[in-house]
Amino acid sequence: MSDPQSRIDETVKGNDVVLFMKGSPLFPQCGFSSRAVAILEHCGVEFASVDVLQDQEVRQGIKEYSDWPTIPQLYVKGDFVGGSDIMMEMYEAGELQALMQEKGVAATAG
Amino acid sequence: MPMAADDIETMIREAIPDAEIEITDLAGDGDHYAARVVSESFRGVPRVKQHQAVYAALKGRMGGELHALQLTTAAPE
Repeated sequence: MSDPQSRIDETVKGNDVVLFMKGSPLFPQCGFSSRAVAILEHCGVEFASVDVLQDQEVRQGIKEYSDWPTIPQLYVKGDFVGGSDIMMEMYEAGELQALMQEKGVAATAG
Repeated sequence: MPMAADDIETMIREAIPDAEIEITDLAGDGDHYAARVVSESFRGVPRVKQHQAVYAALKGRMGGELHALQLTTAAPE
């Protein structure tokens, strides 16, 4: 058994794009998570997701990991990008798509 | 326990005195808010840090009592 912080760290570093969310991309369990999924889908990037509702240790641990109190949280190539409000602002400004490109994440649309 | 819009504004103002703060009750239920916080202190600061400054002002209530706060931050135009 490894501690939650190392498990989170492995997930964050082991995936190009990972979204910590409530529910799954098909069945988001909160409006903010749903919005985050929609934004990533519009960007056309493939992403991994972690349902924090399935794991209380991760649900609490991710807030400490990023010093960020809410979920969803988006990580790209190991870096914390932000929550759904930041994702929306960046998406509308074209910055999220630019970030994905800059980081070399393949996008099929955007 | 939900928070009142005035309490949110007061807490943010205590931490960021120059802030221009606009709170909107999105659903009219005292539990779903949007906040727009404009402060000179945000100039040149990455968005994540701007949001973290507001969350810090709310002293741990964000993510707990305050689940639904849609946040927009900016430096003055």
